[in-house]
Amino acid sequence: MSDAPVSNNRLAVLDHSRLRAKTGKDGSERGRISVRDVDIVFDTVSGPHVAVQQANLTVRPGEFVCLLGPSGCGKSTLMNAIAGFVEPKCGEVQVDGTSVTEPGPDRGMVFQQHSLFPWKTVQENVAFGPLMAGVGNNEANSVARTFLSLVGLAAFANAYPNTLSGGMQQRVGIARALANYPSVLLMDEPFGALDAQTRIMMQENLLDIWGEFHNTVVFVTHDIDEAVFLSDRIVVMSASPGKIIADIDVRLPRPREQSLLTSPDFMALKRQCLDLIRKETLNAFQQQNKAG
Amino acid sequence: MDSKSNAAIRTDPVAAEPSHQASSGPSTARGSIPVLPMAQQAGNQSRLPARVWMKTTGTRYLVRTLALVAAVVLWQLASTNGFHFYINFDNIPAPSVVGAALVSELTGQEFYLHILHSLQRVAIAYVLAVVFGVVLGVAMGRSRWAEDIILPYIELLRPIPAVAWIPLAILMLPTEQSSIIFITFLGALFPVVLNTVHGVEQTNSVLIRAARSLGASKTAILWHVVLPGAMPSIVAGLAIGMGVAWFSLLAGEIISGQYGIGYYTWNSYTLIQYPQIIIGMLTIGGLGTLCTLLVRYSCNPLLKWQAKGGRS
Repeated sequence: MSDAPVSNNRLAVLDHSRLRAKTGKDGSERGRISVRDVDIVFDTVSGPHVAVQQANLTVRPGEFVCLLGPSGCGKSTLMNAIAGFVEPKCGEVQVDGTSVTEPGPDRGMVFQQHSLFPWKTVQENVAFGPLMAGVGNNEANSVARTFLSLVGLAAFANAYPNTLSGGMQQRVGIARALANYPSVLLMDEPFGALDAQTRIMMQENLLDIWGEFHNTVVFVTHDIDEAVFLSDRIVVMSASPGKIIADIDVRLPRPREQSLLTSPDFMALKRQCLDLIRKETLNAFQQQNKAG
Repeated sequence: MDSKSNAAIRTDPVAAEPSHQASSGPSTARGSIPVLPMAQQAGNQSRLPARVWMKTTGTRYLVRTLALVAAVVLWQLASTNGFHFYINFDNIPAPSVVGAALVSELTGQEFYLHILHSLQRVAIAYVLAVVFGVVLGVAMGRSRWAEDIILPYIELLRPIPAVAWIPLAILMLPTEQSSIIFITFLGALFPVVLNTVHGVEQTNSVLIRAARSLGASKTAILWHVVLPGAMPSIVAGLAIGMGVAWFSLLAGEIISGQYGIGYYTWNSYTLIQYPQIIIGMLTIGGLGTLCTLLVRYSCNPLLKWQAKGGRS
């Protein structure tokens, strides 16, 4: 696929019976997300703040969707509603036909940074999910080792997170989320705190891993390049109030590599996103000026 | 995390290994004062060459020892020359006299009985304080109700010195022994409770969210996230609590009829045995320090993740 630092024998170590289990009993694939007429409102000191307004979104099983938008547009809030951390004021979020009311291991979460348990070794971090799911110590550890090799960090199993670089920590975070075999992977600006070079490698890495699992991914970012490079579909949001303003299909061939970043197709899509966001940002400014 | 800047060169796992090792090297020479000599040494031993140790840590211990020796020398000079300028050393026995008295105490049995009784009281009171303190502290840190109910008592009772509890302790508790243990227990309790509350309230909310999304129950979150996260603060509270326990023991042992190092000190004062007063004081100081070090050292495995380069 790519020359990203992922071990080549991962096919051998992955437990494919568990992978196949992501197909439901009736043969339908898992990982369908549906967001219906969702409003999310926060109470603040200065009154209610509408973070997300009238969001409607359907994500197909196995789709890689990026939520793109400026800071404070409610994209993370919308993702947190899918994760079950935030309750919508009205409307409903469903994953595989079940209404989301609380967080759960079927929706793996990767945070921006510093979300590993610092008192657990890398392996203990990854084994945590399986342990909570009730498997024994031995099996949890073997699952953890499998996923650590998948992200190329088997050699660091006994290290503590604070001895790892930011990029390595995020790879552990991805392994930890995947170790529960989630049907949906939710990623909240996971590479936002990394430097540009590491970020590109992490993106390739992620696509590589996703190619293995093909679970549904919802990826929040404010970086247009990142959104175009990674996703099948870009959902653009605008700020105050957070609204979905566009839904762009990204029909770039896979597997994708760094060279894609300078191709004409990529540029055209990037321009489309830029124009959209610029238009929306200008609109928002004008509205704010009128209001002021 | 200082690692962000190095992320680029470290992403490749092959390249990462050496730089990972190298990054853990210099951290041993960091400028923090080794409050925990044994603990820090244990963590870094394998990586620290003897020569470097002599230059950094070794020198510092030398300075510390010399500082203590200097004080003893000054004390000796002041006592033998009858230094009297506002502070009066006329009646203060010189270190040599105290030393001679100490030798005669150490050859008898009585002195050890005093120490034994005190150790026993501190041990019982401290264990009780740790159990109650951590349980109350976690409850207060996790539940607003618990905090609002318990905190007023703690704020009100905390400033009351141990000595002031003596009359009530005698009136309320059945035996002299239980009164002394109660007073010692109270002294150790407050630092343990307050530090536990502080640690628990500082729990990183991202880690709780991470645990929830990984399917952890409330109990599991308490056990795997809240307690380990609060542990540095709890351990600090345990160490302070041990110091205060000895501090309060001295007050409690005023009412002791026969044994205890606090009783020994008070009794020597009544009998005008000046060298014995100083022996009693220094014994309390020494035992308190030793016990505090013991607490820190035995809690160290719980905090090994904090050490940079913490491979086990």
